[in-house]
Amino acid sequence: MSDLRELYQDVILEHSKAPRNYRELPLANHKAEGYNPLCGDHFTLYVDLDGDRVRDISFQGSGCAISKASASMLTQMVKGKTKAEAQELFDKFLQLVKGEGNGNQAELGKLAVFSGVCEFPVRVKCATLVWHTLQAALEGKQQAVSTE
Amino acid sequence: MTTVANRLPREFRPSRVHTGFDVEKVRRDFPILAQRVRGKKLVYLDNAATSQKPQVVIDAISRYYEEGNANIHRGVHYLSEHATEEHEAARKTVQNFVNAAQAHEIIFVRGATEGINLVAQTYGRAHVNAGDEVLITAMEHHSNIVPWQILGEEKGARLRVAPINDRGELLLDEFEKLLNPRTRMVGVTHVSNALGTVNPISRIVQLAHGHNIPVLVDGAQAVPHTQVDVQALDVDFYVFSGHKVYAPTGIGVLYGKTALLEAMPPYQGGGDMISSVTFEKTSYNKLPYKFEAGTPHVAGAIGLGTAIEYLNGLGIANMAAFEHEVLEYATEAISAVPGIRLIGTAAQKAGVLSFVLEGIHPHDVGTILDQEGIAIRTGHHCAQPLMQRFGIPATARASFALYNTKEEADALVAGIQKVREVFA
Repeated sequence: MSDLRELYQDVILEHSKAPRNYRELPLANHKAEGYNPLCGDHFTLYVDLDGDRVRDISFQGSGCAISKASASMLTQMVKGKTKAEAQELFDKFLQLVKGEGNGNQAELGKLAVFSGVCEFPVRVKCATLVWHTLQAALEGKQQAVSTE
Repeated sequence: MTTVANRLPREFRPSRVHTGFDVEKVRRDFPILAQRVRGKKLVYLDNAATSQKPQVVIDAISRYYEEGNANIHRGVHYLSEHATEEHEAARKTVQNFVNAAQAHEIIFVRGATEGINLVAQTYGRAHVNAGDEVLITAMEHHSNIVPWQILGEEKGARLRVAPINDRGELLLDEFEKLLNPRTRMVGVTHVSNALGTVNPISRIVQLAHGHNIPVLVDGAQAVPHTQVDVQALDVDFYVFSGHKVYAPTGIGVLYGKTALLEAMPPYQGGGDMISSVTFEKTSYNKLPYKFEAGTPHVAGAIGLGTAIEYLNGLGIANMAAFEHEVLEYATEAISAVPGIRLIGTAAQKAGVLSFVLEGIHPHDVGTILDQEGIAIRTGHHCAQPLMQRFGIPATARASFALYNTKEEADALVAGIQKVREVFA
């Protein structure tokens, strides 16, 4: 049960029930879809890029608590960041959920609540789906991102 | 007025009571069930994905490799002769198990999937042409959809899909309406892997045969739960996988009526499936070998034969009656959980409890149950069109086997309550 509480921290449950920035973004100039065929998670990410900087970001779709909370918190964390800063954050997030890296979670801010994911290897895909989707959106890829 | 089958097909009608089915004794036959996972007693409810193996099957496979391993059919030496005998004895066991008229009507394949692909690529390619139709149902596994799509793309043929109702029952009237002079084949599952629905195969076959259309039945989820009689059902093709019926992976069965199999072109070319080869012309071997190119999965066939003998020893009617009782019990218990919605509430079901919990994704349900030692499956169960039919991305599926108990059903319900607590 302790592992479970690590995974489903209150912040994660709260974000999954009431996701932030959960809407379409009419002004989005970048958009990408992410799909996890294994569990049917499906998200659309909308990004309004001002030059190199994320002016606004939002998402819609359905998925498990982990993927939805991850999407919700991503939108909060990435807003206002440059593409390079977003990528750096993703790299650190990936290390966190895979249980790699130096354990320094300070730079991750509130994303540190996803530290429990590394105990659940099959759930890494859930946590990272929307981050891969963000990458695709920023790179202007047309094809939907799939975790498979 | 749309009708659905409201009587349990004869083969699934349980005897009133099971007599002397000692589930605790049965459980001791399956060594894997004794273990603890994540510090909890294992509750294995993912049997529709694959079943566990009894010790006799594990021993038969080990014994084959320890004492009997040889290539079959061509050897003149003792081991080869003996292995050939065991392999063919397994075929005979399968023949009796499904009551096929002839042993050569039993083709060993890798599994149900390969069986369907074999029929699509041989019978299908020979008989399905541009503008023709293949009729399936809305509850098929991808393995009974995609092979027909591949054939359809090659031939310019069309896939037609008979609809189901909200309980997950085939609409027989609609099915009948879709049969027409362009229909070349009917492919239907005996038991739905995602819903547990038992289809009225005899009636389906009757309707199709009324139009001279052959019927292929996917029996992967039926064979583990019931006695199948291919002659009584009058099916033209019947496929199943060994690993879902307590045998190893990599072995399965295609049953086909002799006349159909003989008229079909071969599937794969290679050794064993020929009677003579020259560079100018090859003549093919007789049944069943025509469809068994290459060295077969001898140990798998022996394992399958042993698994069937094990079931025969328990008494399949007895087993089915016990399973029916546990499924009814579990259905009632799980239905009492607030916020639960059963997906698949057909009047006639076997083996499967698919459900969704309000506001909680099936994947989260699966992870939390796993922490309780309870193994279920979450996802689309290789039946994406079916999920679309019900307007859900996925379900959580508990699937039962002969060794599952009412106590395990209780553990499942307690686990689901825990899921609700985590998400409260």
